[in-house]
Amino acid sequence: MQVCTFAYCHICKLFIMAYSEKVIDHYQNPKNVGTLDKGSKNVGTGLVGAPECGDVMRLQIQVDDATGMITDAKFKTFGCGSAIASSSLATEWLKGKSVDEALKIDNMDIVEELNLPPVKIHCSVLAEDAIKAAINDYRVKNGMEAIKFEESVVH
Amino acid sequence: MLKLPIYLDNNATTPMDPRVLEAMTPYFLQHFGNAASRNHPFGWEAEEAVDYAREQVAKLIGADPKEIIFTSGATEGDNLGIKGVYEMYASKGNHIITATTEHKAVLDTCKHIEKLGGEVTYLQVKPDGLIDLKELEAAIKPTTILIAIMYANNEIGTVMPIKEISTIARKHGVLVFTDGTQAVGKIPVDVNKDGIDLMAFTAHKMYGPKGVGALYVRRKNPRVKVTAQMDGGGHERGMRSGTLNVPGIVGFGKACELCRLDMEEDTKRITKMRDHLETELMKLEEAYVNGSREHRLPHVTNISFKHVEGEGLLMGFNKNIALSSGSACTSASLEPSYVLKALGLGDDLAHSSLRFGLSRFTTEEEIEYTIKAISETVLKLREMSPLWEMYKEGIDLSTIEWAAH
Repeated sequence: MQVCTFAYCHICKLFIMAYSEKVIDHYQNPKNVGTLDKGSKNVGTGLVGAPECGDVMRLQIQVDDATGMITDAKFKTFGCGSAIASSSLATEWLKGKSVDEALKIDNMDIVEELNLPPVKIHCSVLAEDAIKAAINDYRVKNGMEAIKFEESVVH
Repeated sequence: MLKLPIYLDNNATTPMDPRVLEAMTPYFLQHFGNAASRNHPFGWEAEEAVDYAREQVAKLIGADPKEIIFTSGATEGDNLGIKGVYEMYASKGNHIITATTEHKAVLDTCKHIEKLGGEVTYLQVKPDGLIDLKELEAAIKPTTILIAIMYANNEIGTVMPIKEISTIARKHGVLVFTDGTQAVGKIPVDVNKDGIDLMAFTAHKMYGPKGVGALYVRRKNPRVKVTAQMDGGGHERGMRSGTLNVPGIVGFGKACELCRLDMEEDTKRITKMRDHLETELMKLEEAYVNGSREHRLPHVTNISFKHVEGEGLLMGFNKNIALSSGSACTSASLEPSYVLKALGLGDDLAHSSLRFGLSRFTTEEEIEYTIKAISETVLKLREMSPLWEMYKEGIDLSTIEWAAH
């Protein structure tokens, strides 16, 4: 049917506009999906978002006590393609960084790397929040004080 | 041979039937006349074509051709029907009853009327998507002039008890308007048996062209009148001015005729495919059909796949399958479908829904492909979903205090 094909082209254009190739790649081949032992002392878990908002992210880091380096990171995300891509990218960036370096990851770095459109910026904010929550969980578990973060601007 | 992409968003619009296009073509080129030109053959040909189409449209819904007012589509029909009655019957009253699951064209028209000083009651629906008839009757007051309830819902396909609604309305001398957009051409609709006084519907949801629709306005028992919403040459018995879209109207007429003749066959085939799709997808764990399965259009199913987000789900296959989701993650509000929420669905289930709309062109092969693609994507995304993991661990998600976001 000619009509069908034509309608498809239109949809297809929208599809490409809404999601960058990097988002699509992370969605199709997500990195570091999984679960670390949240009971372990050197694992920090951050669970952010809410089901009623349409996205929930769980990000976990495993820290080497001796060096303070993040040796592993895993995620699980309920959300749209951009939310999945933001958390997948975040776990990639976290691995091999020190906890202090990880704190410097800014949501706008994720926006830039994934070419997120304005309506999807909240996905990157959620990923940044998840990183901070995971780090604080690790800190509290290890007798350190939780860091107080300023409220993110975009919510 | 399976041809991708597959189109299963037929509640949004249907492809045009080639037979409809064939009927329309001459009215673009040879017979291009203005149906209002009374003094030459070009005008006569156009007028004759419009009259014939009017008969075809009327016949599908059991109306008299004189009761058909051509419009640009269902949104215009909704506006003209509701605002037109509100203005025409102002001396009788100013109260309108509608439901929360109506299309925006009806809801926003009602909001407009409220701004003009009218009073509107929005009935809640039951979990199956149907209104409670007792509540409807209780909402009627001496000032009530109109009940505006859709024939079938665009998101979940629920078919309202229009006949029972009109019986109640008649008893109280209230007019019945119905948005028949999704129902006309798909299921038998008869304005007399159903007791409908006004009905808006459109060609492009029944294999006709976009940009043309009709408003049915009853002429007898009672004689209904609407105040025109557009000023001009007084076309369509003064109710809707503007040069008639002759090729569109011819296509609309043909589409109505085809729906009338093919309805029984189409419905049998489509229902079988829809039921198969539904049965197979329901084999996935935690899958729920939204709305009444009994009182429902034959070509529609709306299913929620718990713990998977709708937009993320669509992304898994929307290059190959065109579908709609009840999730609205792209809009700034992040609000999921108001229709699903009106059924009492939690936001999580509303965010997890997909709407399937089949058509007379849908094939069994396409349905098989869809079942496979969706099942695979749901399973893949659940592996990735923290909510699914918690559910599997037996954690009650409602007990978790979610961070405000």
